[in-house]
Amino acid sequence: MIINFTLNGRPRKMDVEPATLVSELLRETLNLTGTHVGCDTSQCGACTVLFNGDAVKSCTLLAPSLDGAALTTIEGLSATSGSNRLHPMQEAFHENHGLQCGFCTPGMVMTAVALATRNPVPTEAEIRHGLEGNLCRCTGYQNIVASIMAGAVAMNAPAIGE
Amino acid sequence: MKSFAFHSPETVPDAFALLNDVSESKLLAGGMTLLPTIKQRLAEPAALIDLAKIPQLSEIAVDEDALVIGAMVRHVDVVTSALVRSKVPMLVHLASGIGDPAVRNRGTIGGSVANNDPSADYPAAVLALDAIIVTDRREIPASTFFTGLFETSLEPSEIITSIRFPIPSTAGYAKFKSPASRYAVVGVCVAKAGGSVRVAVTGSGPCVFRVPEMETALETSFEPAAIASIKIGAAGLNSDIHADAEYRAHLITVMAKKAVAAAIQGL
Amino acid sequence: MSSIIGIGKAPRRKEDFRFLTGRGSYVADMKRPDMTFGVFVRSPHAHAIVRGIDKTHALASPGVQAILTGKDVAADGLGSLPCGWGIHGTDGLPMKEPPFPMLAQGKVRFVGDMVAFVVADTLKEARAAAELLAVDYEVLPAVVGVLEAVRADAPLLFDDVPNNLCCDWELGDKAAVAAGFRKAAHVARLSLVNNRLIGNPMEPRAAIAEYDRGRDHYTLWTTSQFPHVVRFLMAALVLKLPEQKVRVVAPDVGGGFGVKQFHYGEEAVITWAAKKVERPIKWVADRSEGFVSDRHGRDHVTEAELALDENGKFLAFKVKTLANMGGYLSTFGPNIPTNLYGPLLSGVYTTPAIYCNVKVVFTNTVPVDAYRGAGRPEATFVLERIVDVAAAEMKIDRIELRRRNMIARDAYPYQTPVLVEYDSGDPLGCLEGALTAADAAGFGARKIASERAGRFRGLGFSTYVEACGLAPSRFAGRLGARGGLYESATVRVHPTGQVTVLIGTHNHGQGHETTFAQIVSDKLGVPFDSVDIVFGDTDRVQFGMGTYGSRSLVVGGAALSKASDKVIVKGKKIAAHLLEAGEHDIQFETGVFSVAGTDRRKSFAEIAGAAYVPHDYPLEILEPGLEEQAYYDPVNFTYPGGCHIAEVEIDPETGIVTLEKYTAVDDVGTVINPMIVAGQLHGGIVQGVGQALFENAVYDEVSGQLLSGSFMDYCMPRADHLPNMTVETHSTFCTHTPMGVKGCGEVGTIGSPAAVINAVVDALSHLGVHHVDMPATPNRIWRIIQNAAIPQAAE
Ligand SMILES: Cc1cc2nc3c(=O)[nH]c(=O)nc-3n(C[C@H](O)[C@H](O)[C@H](O)COP(=O)(O)OP(=O)(O)OC[C@H]3O[C@@H](n4cnc5c(N)ncnc54)[C@H](O)[C@@H]3O)c2cc1C
Ligand code: FES
Ligand code: FES
Repeated sequence: MIINFTLNGRPRKMDVEPATLVSELLRETLNLTGTHVGCDTSQCGACTVLFNGDAVKSCTLLAPSLDGAALTTIEGLSATSGSNRLHPMQEAFHENHGLQCGFCTPGMVMTAVALATRNPVPTEAEIRHGLEGNLCRCTGYQNIVASIMAGAVAMNAPAIGE
Repeated sequence: MKSFAFHSPETVPDAFALLNDVSESKLLAGGMTLLPTIKQRLAEPAALIDLAKIPQLSEIAVDEDALVIGAMVRHVDVVTSALVRSKVPMLVHLASGIGDPAVRNRGTIGGSVANNDPSADYPAAVLALDAIIVTDRREIPASTFFTGLFETSLEPSEIITSIRFPIPSTAGYAKFKSPASRYAVVGVCVAKAGGSVRVAVTGSGPCVFRVPEMETALETSFEPAAIASIKIGAAGLNSDIHADAEYRAHLITVMAKKAVAAAIQGL
Repeated sequence: MSSIIGIGKAPRRKEDFRFLTGRGSYVADMKRPDMTFGVFVRSPHAHAIVRGIDKTHALASPGVQAILTGKDVAADGLGSLPCGWGIHGTDGLPMKEPPFPMLAQGKVRFVGDMVAFVVADTLKEARAAAELLAVDYEVLPAVVGVLEAVRADAPLLFDDVPNNLCCDWELGDKAAVAAGFRKAAHVARLSLVNNRLIGNPMEPRAAIAEYDRGRDHYTLWTTSQFPHVVRFLMAALVLKLPEQKVRVVAPDVGGGFGVKQFHYGEEAVITWAAKKVERPIKWVADRSEGFVSDRHGRDHVTEAELALDENGKFLAFKVKTLANMGGYLSTFGPNIPTNLYGPLLSGVYTTPAIYCNVKVVFTNTVPVDAYRGAGRPEATFVLERIVDVAAAEMKIDRIELRRRNMIARDAYPYQTPVLVEYDSGDPLGCLEGALTAADAAGFGARKIASERAGRFRGLGFSTYVEACGLAPSRFAGRLGARGGLYESATVRVHPTGQVTVLIGTHNHGQGHETTFAQIVSDKLGVPFDSVDIVFGDTDRVQFGMGTYGSRSLVVGGAALSKASDKVIVKGKKIAAHLLEAGEHDIQFETGVFSVAGTDRRKSFAEIAGAAYVPHDYPLEILEPGLEEQAYYDPVNFTYPGGCHIAEVEIDPETGIVTLEKYTAVDDVGTVINPMIVAGQLHGGIVQGVGQALFENAVYDEVSGQLLSGSFMDYCMPRADHLPNMTVETHSTFCTHTPMGVKGCGEVGTIGSPAAVINAVVDALSHLGVHHVDMPATPNRIWRIIQNAAIPQAAE
C-alpha cells in the first residue's frame, strides 16, 4: 500500500507491505540503521523514534500507521535543531559520557528529546521515571540521567545568534 | 510477521462492515498488545482494521454524571487531560503508571479494556467505578463485561466506542508493579459513590474481581484502617516466579489500604 | 585546537559521534550483496533424543537454499566446539570433556540447543521453512539444578559422565585448614545460592558469513569480544580451515560483559554454510533466542565455614561449591568457578589457611560461562557474607572485624594461601575513604528516620579484591589454560606524524578509542586527535586475545606502551643522525627530539617524515618507516579492590528493597581517564545490584523450560530502580604493569552484590535474619519477614 509521510523533515512516498514494522522499514528498506532492535517483546526502547513528536517504539508500530505522520529518527535529529553538527541532547550525552557501547543510545536520545520537550526542567526523579521504557546495560543510567538534565537545559536555552 | 491487509476506515459503521466481511480480521488500536502478539506468531490475522482514523473515538467528554472516554483515547491523553484530572483524578494516576512513556503514547483505553489482560490496570478502574462499556450496538455494564482470562462479553465484530465512567465521590488506585514488565502484580482500585464503595482487584486472578468484605467495611468507615485486618484467601490467586499466591493475597490488602488513602487525598 | 591529552585527563570520547548520530556499524546493520538469511532451529526440550529430522517439507518451502543438521556436520568431519581450559580433579585426572557439537548429534541437552540451520532468500522464508522442519524427539527426563544433578538417580546428560560430574576440583591445604578449625573459638557457617544470571548485552548476537570462491576465502562478521580467538578456534579446531583463509571481523559491538567472549556454534555453522550456498548469510538473534542461547553466568550452591579465634582473627576458611556448567563446556566454562573463584577466597584478609572444593556439574540448561566478574563476584559474595555472619555471631562490629583481619598496606607484596600474590593494595585506606564518602557516621540518624516511617534501614559493606588483567600465560598454563593470554599492539606512525594503533583488544563500550589515544598522545607527544585506534579485524590487526577479564588496558595498554617506547627508541636513532649527535645524547620529551644541552631539535613529525622519505637517513643501520609492534605477557595478575557501601531501605509491608545510597571507593591503580573509569564503575555496580535485587534466571524443574525467558520476566535494572552512586578512587599503583594500571571493568560487579545483600541482612538483623539469598525480591523479603521469629519492630 502507498503511504505518505515526513521522514526527518523530508516528504516521503513509499509502497509498503502492510505487515512491516517501522523498525524494519527504517533498517532494511531505508538503510537508517541508527534505530536499533534490542528485544522482541517491546520492552527495551532501543528502537524509539519520534512519531508526530511522541516517543514511540518503532518495533511496535506498523508502517501503514506512518501515513500522514511525521517521523524523526536519530539520523535526522541534528537536522531538525538548526545546528549542523549535534542536537543539544546528543551534545549533552557526549559531554556527560552518557553512552558506552552505543546500542541503547539512539533510543535513549529520542526518549530524552521527547521528555525534555514536554518537561523543560525535569527533576532527576522525573528523568528516571521517564526512562522506564529504555534499557541500558552499560552505563548504570547515572550519566544518562546527567546527560538528560544538561540536555534539557541546553535544548530549552535560546540558541546563541538567533 | 505473516502478511495481512490493512484498512483504515473513517467511521465506526465502516469499521464494523470491514470487520464483519473480511474473515480473520482484527481491530488495531494502539497495537501495544496486538503487535507483540502477532510478532510472536500467537495471532495471525488476515487483515487489520485500524481505528486511528475515526476521530470521534478519540474524544473525552462529560455527559451528565459520567466521564466518557473514547476507545481510542491514548493513555497519555488521559494523563494530560484537564477534564479527566478535574473529574476522576484517579484515572490520571492510573494511566500514568501504565507501561512506559512510549507505551502510553500509543496504547488506548479501548484496546486495554477489550484485551482484558489479567495484569492490566484499566479493568480495575472500570469495575470499581461501575463503568459502562459502550459499543457500536449496546451498553455493557462492567459487572458483566469481564468474563475470564482475556475473555469479555464482546461479541465477534463488536467495537468498543467509549467507556462511560460514572463520576465517583472519590476514587483511588494503587499498583504493585512487576519490576520487570511494569504490569500489575496487584492493582487495587477503590471507588466511593455516595454511600456505596466498590473495590476491584487486578493482577491477582484470571480476571479482575471485586472484594465484597472490603466494600462493606469501607462503607462503614472509609479509612485504610477499616480494611487493614481483612485477609484475602490465597486460593485461586495467580502464582508465578515474581509473586506466589499468598504474597499476592497479602498485597491485595496492602494495595487496597493505599488506594483508600489515595482516594481520601483525592489523588 | 588539537593538542596533547595525556594520562589522567578526561577528554570526551572519540567514538561517541558515530553512536550519537546513528552511524555506528553493528553486525545487524550490515548488508552484503545477494545476502541470504539464516535461522537456527532450536530444541524446545531440555533433554531429548533426536530420533530423526525430516527435511522434505522444509526444503520444498519457497526460497530455501540449504538446511543443515548434525548429520551434515558429521559427514563433513567437522570438530566440536573447543573448551579453552582443561582443569584437573582431586584424583589428578582431567575433567570430563564430552564433545560440544555445533549442531546436535543424536541428543539435545538444553532448551535452545541447536538442531538445524535453515538458509533462505529472505528472513520470512527462512522462518517459514524452519517451522516446517520435522524433528522427531524422544523426550527424556531433565535435570536443571546442581543438587539434583549429582544425585544417584539423576538423569545423565552423557553416558560416560557418571553423576553428571565434570570435575571434582580443589585448591588449598586441607590439613592446614583442619588444624585451623581445631583451634577455633568460633565457627561461622553459611549456605547460599549464587543466582544464575543472563548477561543480556543490549545488542543481541548476530553474524554474517561470506565465502569467496575466487580466493577460497571466508569472512565472518560477528558480535565478538575476541575475533582473533574466534578465528583460531573456529578455523583450526572446528572447521579445520587454514587460518589465513579466514577473516573474522567484530565491528561495533553493543556490549559484551562476557556473553560475547566465547566461540559460539552459530559462528562456525554460518561460516561453514556460507560456502555451501555460495552467498552471504546473515543471522541475527531475537532477544528470546538470546535468552536460551547466550551463555549464562554464576549458578552456584555453596557451603562455607570460617574459623575464628576468640579475638575474631580468621584462622581458616573452607568452601564447598557445586557449580552449574549447563549442558556442555563452553569456551572458558570450567575455568570460571575454579581458577577464577578459589584463588579469590583470601580476599583482603590474612586468613592463613583456605581450602576450596568445587564440583563442576552438567545440567540440562544453557552452558554457563563467564559473565562480568566471572568467578570473582561469587568468591567475594561468599567471603564478604560470611564475614558479616561471623561478626554478628561473635558480636564484633563488622568494620572492626574486617580491620582486624585486613592485609596492611605495608604487608604487600602479599602471598595468599591460594596461589596468588597481591603486588599492591590498601584495603584499609579504601575502607576509611568509603566510610567517609558514604557518611556512615550519619547512618544511625537515617535509620531512626526510616524506623519512624515504619521502614527498616540497613548498611552493608564489601571490602574486596579481585584478580584481573587476564592473564600471565605461564601461570594460566599451569592452571589449565590451553592458550596464551598476552596482548599485542602495533603503533603505525604515518609520514605526517599521525598515528594509527592496531590493537588486539576489542572496544565494545569501554572507551578504548579514547583511552588508548591518550596513552599514545602522552607517550609520543602527538595530539590526541592525531591518534586513531583500530581493532576487531583479523585482517588489519596482527593478533590479539580480545577484551574480557578487565585486561584491555592492563595487558593491551601495556603492549601499546611498549610499542610506543620502541617508536621512541627508533625515533632517537633517526634524530641522532639528522642532528649529527650521539644516540645517547638524544632526549625525547613531549613530541620533540633534542640534543641534550643544545637547542638542536626535531619534532616528532619531522622524524616521521624522514623515516618515510629517507633522503637523509641512516639507511646503513636502520630500515625506513616508523612502525613498531609489541607483545606483552603480564608477569602477574593485577589486583584492584576497594570498599563498597550500600544503604537500603525495606518496606516491611511489601518487602520492597530500595537502594538508597551507594558508595564505592576503589583502587584501580593509575587512572588514564577518570570519566571513563567512573562510567565503568557505574555500569559494573548496577550489574551487581541487578544480581542482588532483580535478576534471576529460573528454570522449571520438571520441564527444563526457562521461565524467565524475556524482559517481561527477567528483571533488568532500570533507571528508576536506582539512586545516583558516589564513586571515588583511592589508588595504589600496580608494581608490575608499565603504567601502574590495574583495570576497572569488573570491579563494580564484583564488589556490589555482597554490599547490597549485607545491607539487606543488616536491615533485617533485628528479626534474627542472618542471610538472604539473591535476588532479594519483594516476595522473598516479605516471606523472610513473615517467617521471622521476632515480631516486627516497626509495628
Ligand atoms: C512494554 C509494555 C508494557 C505495558 N505495561 C502495561 C501496564 O503496566 N498496564 C497495562 O494495563 N497495560 C500495559 N501494557 C498494555 C498496554 O496498555 C496496551 O496499550 C493495551 O493493553 C492494549 O491497548 P492497545 O490500544 O495497544 O490495543 P491493541 O494492541 O491495538 O489491541 C488489543 C486488543 O484489543 C482489540 N481492540 C482494540 N481496540 C478495540 C475496540 N475499540 N473494540 C474492540 N476491540 C478492540 C484488538 O483487536 C486486540 O485484540 C503494556 C504494553 C507494553 C508493550
Ligand atoms: S526493540 Fe523495540 S522495544 Fe525493544
Ligand atoms: S550504552 Fe550500551 S546499552 Fe546503553
